[in-house]
Amino acid sequence: MGQTLSEQMLSQTAGCPVQPGDLVVVEPDVAMGHDSLTPSIIEIMQQQLGIMKVHDPEQIVLAIDHVAPAATVSTANYQNAIRAFAREQGIRLFDSGRGISHQVLVEEGIAAPGLLVLGSDSHSCGYGSVGAFGSGMGSTDIALIWGTGRIWMRVPETLRVQVTGRFRAGVDAKDLALKLCRELTIEGATYESIEYHGLDWLPLPGRQTMASMAVELGAKAGIVPPTGVVADQLTVPDWLYVDPEARYSRTVGIDLGELEPQVAIPHTVDNVVDLSDVLGTAVSSVFLGTCTNGRYEDMRTAADLLRGRRIAPTIRMMVTPASDREMRRAAQDDTLATLIESGAIVSSAGCGPCMGRHQGTLGDEDVCLSTGNRNFKGRMGSPTSRIYLASPAVAAATALTGRISDPRDI
Amino acid sequence: MARIWKFGANVDTDQIVPGRYAPYLRPNEDVGRAAFIEARPDFAESAEPGDIIVAGRNFGCGSSREYAPLALRRREVAAIVAPSFARIFFRNAVNLGVPLFVAPDVAEALQDGEEADLDLATRSLTAGGRAYELPELPRFAQEIIDAGGIVPFVRAHGTFPGQSEVA
Repeated sequence: MGQTLSEQMLSQTAGCPVQPGDLVVVEPDVAMGHDSLTPSIIEIMQQQLGIMKVHDPEQIVLAIDHVAPAATVSTANYQNAIRAFAREQGIRLFDSGRGISHQVLVEEGIAAPGLLVLGSDSHSCGYGSVGAFGSGMGSTDIALIWGTGRIWMRVPETLRVQVTGRFRAGVDAKDLALKLCRELTIEGATYESIEYHGLDWLPLPGRQTMASMAVELGAKAGIVPPTGVVADQLTVPDWLYVDPEARYSRTVGIDLGELEPQVAIPHTVDNVVDLSDVLGTAVSSVFLGTCTNGRYEDMRTAADLLRGRRIAPTIRMMVTPASDREMRRAAQDDTLATLIESGAIVSSAGCGPCMGRHQGTLGDEDVCLSTGNRNFKGRMGSPTSRIYLASPAVAAATALTGRISDPRDI
Repeated sequence: MARIWKFGANVDTDQIVPGRYAPYLRPNEDVGRAAFIEARPDFAESAEPGDIIVAGRNFGCGSSREYAPLALRRREVAAIVAPSFARIFFRNAVNLGVPLFVAPDVAEALQDGEEADLDLATRSLTAGGRAYELPELPRFAQEIIDAGGIVPFVRAHGTFPGQSEVA
C-alpha cells in the first residue's frame, strides 16, 4: 500500500510499516530544547524521572533563542545552567546570537530529509521545510526522550495541499501560509500531517515560511517534499519519495494565480482577510523577524521597498534576523545598511519580541504589524495590544506610512 | 461544591498562561497563580481545587508551553471538558495526569458558574441539576492519567503504555 511522506518516515524510525492511527514507540533522530523550556526539561529528567545522564548526547541539540541575549537576572542564570548542562553532558549548544533553533538546525544540516526531529517548541514543524518529520512537544515528552532515547507517537493522517500557479507581484509564501489558515481554520488540520505539493519551484526560505505555520492549523507536521529547486542543497534517502499510491485524508487546492496579499487580524491566526480590507489601519509598531519570516530574503524584500526612504515617524520598526548567518548575508550587500538608514532597529538574531519578552514588547493599546506566526491576544505584550500578521513586503510598506499599506503601491 | 468555568472556542496557551508569566521569567512565583491571569482574572483569583473547565473547540491551541497545563494542575482542576483539544496541549495534559474529556454535547450543555459534582472513577458529572456521563478516553491516555501522569507511569512500569520495554 502506498505511503505518505509522514508514513514513510515514521515507518523507517519505527522499524515496521505503520499506518494512520497506529501508536508507535520511536527513537527520534533529534530532540531539541530551547532556553525557555530546557530548565524544566532538565528538572523533569533529573528530579522527576531520576535519570541524571542523557541517553545519547548526539541525539540532543540545545539552543538559546527565546530570550537571547538574556534580559533579566533569572534568564541569565537559567542560561548559565543550560551552558553547564551542555558541557557536563557533551551536548551541542547553539548559544545566544546564533539564531532561532528552527533556522539553525536547517542551516547546520541537523534537520535533514527523512529524519524525525522533535523539539520543545510548537514551531518545530518548520523542519518539514527540508523534508524532515518535525513536530513540537512539551517539556515532559522531551525529558523522556533525553532520558530514555524514545517517545510514543500516534501516526497522523496526511492532508494534501495542492498548489497550482505562481505568486503574482507583491505576493509570497507568507500570503499562501495565511491563505491556508483562512481556508482550513486554526483547527483544520488538528493531529494531521500536511504535505505541500506543487511547490517544486519554491526555494527553501519560502518552504520554511510554509512549514513553520503548519502548527497554526493544528497540524502535527508540515512537510514540503524535498524535491525541485532544493534538490542540490539536500541529501534525500532513497526510501523517501512522493508515492503516487499514497492515501490522503483529503486534498485542498490553492490557485496562486488568484492569491492576493493576506493579513491575519486580531486575535486569531485564521481571522484572515485580503490586504485591501484593512488598508489604512494605523499601527504603532512593525516587526520583521521570527522562524516564519526572519531570513535574508525577507530582510531583502523589506530593504528593496525602504531604500532611500524613512519609516513613518509615528512608528517603531524592529528587525530581528533569524540567525547570525542570515544577518551576515544581509550585511554583505546593502540590505542591513538600508534597513538601518530607513530607521529600523536591528537586534541580535533570535526569536525577538515574538512572545513579548524583550526587544520590542508591546504596551497598552499598541498595534503591531508583524511578519510572525501568532497574533493571540497579549502574545507580544500587553493584553490590550493588537497584532496583525502579514508578509515582509506588507510590513515594509506599512512601516513607510504608519498605516497598513500595499507594497504594490510603493 | 465544584464550579464550572466556561470558556469559548480556540482558547490558546497564551490565554492560559501568557508567555511573560513563564517560570523562566518568574522562577520564584507559582505558575498556578498565573492561570488565566489576563484572559479570565476571576479564575486566577478564585478558582478552587476540584473546579472544572468547560470550553469550546480546540482548547489549548498555540505554543507547546507545558506550563499552561501545569498551571491548571497546580490549581487542581479536576477535569477539562471540550469538543476537541489542540494536539500538543492534549499530550501535555495527559502527560501531567490532567483528565481531559472530548464531549461536544456535554461541553455545550454545561453553563458557566454552575455547581458541579464529578466522580472521575465512574465519569459521572452532575451540574445545574442535570446528570451527564463523560466519555472514555483512549486507553493509553487513561492508563497515563490513572498513574498520575507519564512520569509516574514510566517510573512504575519502566515502559510507555502498551509497550513491553523501554531502553
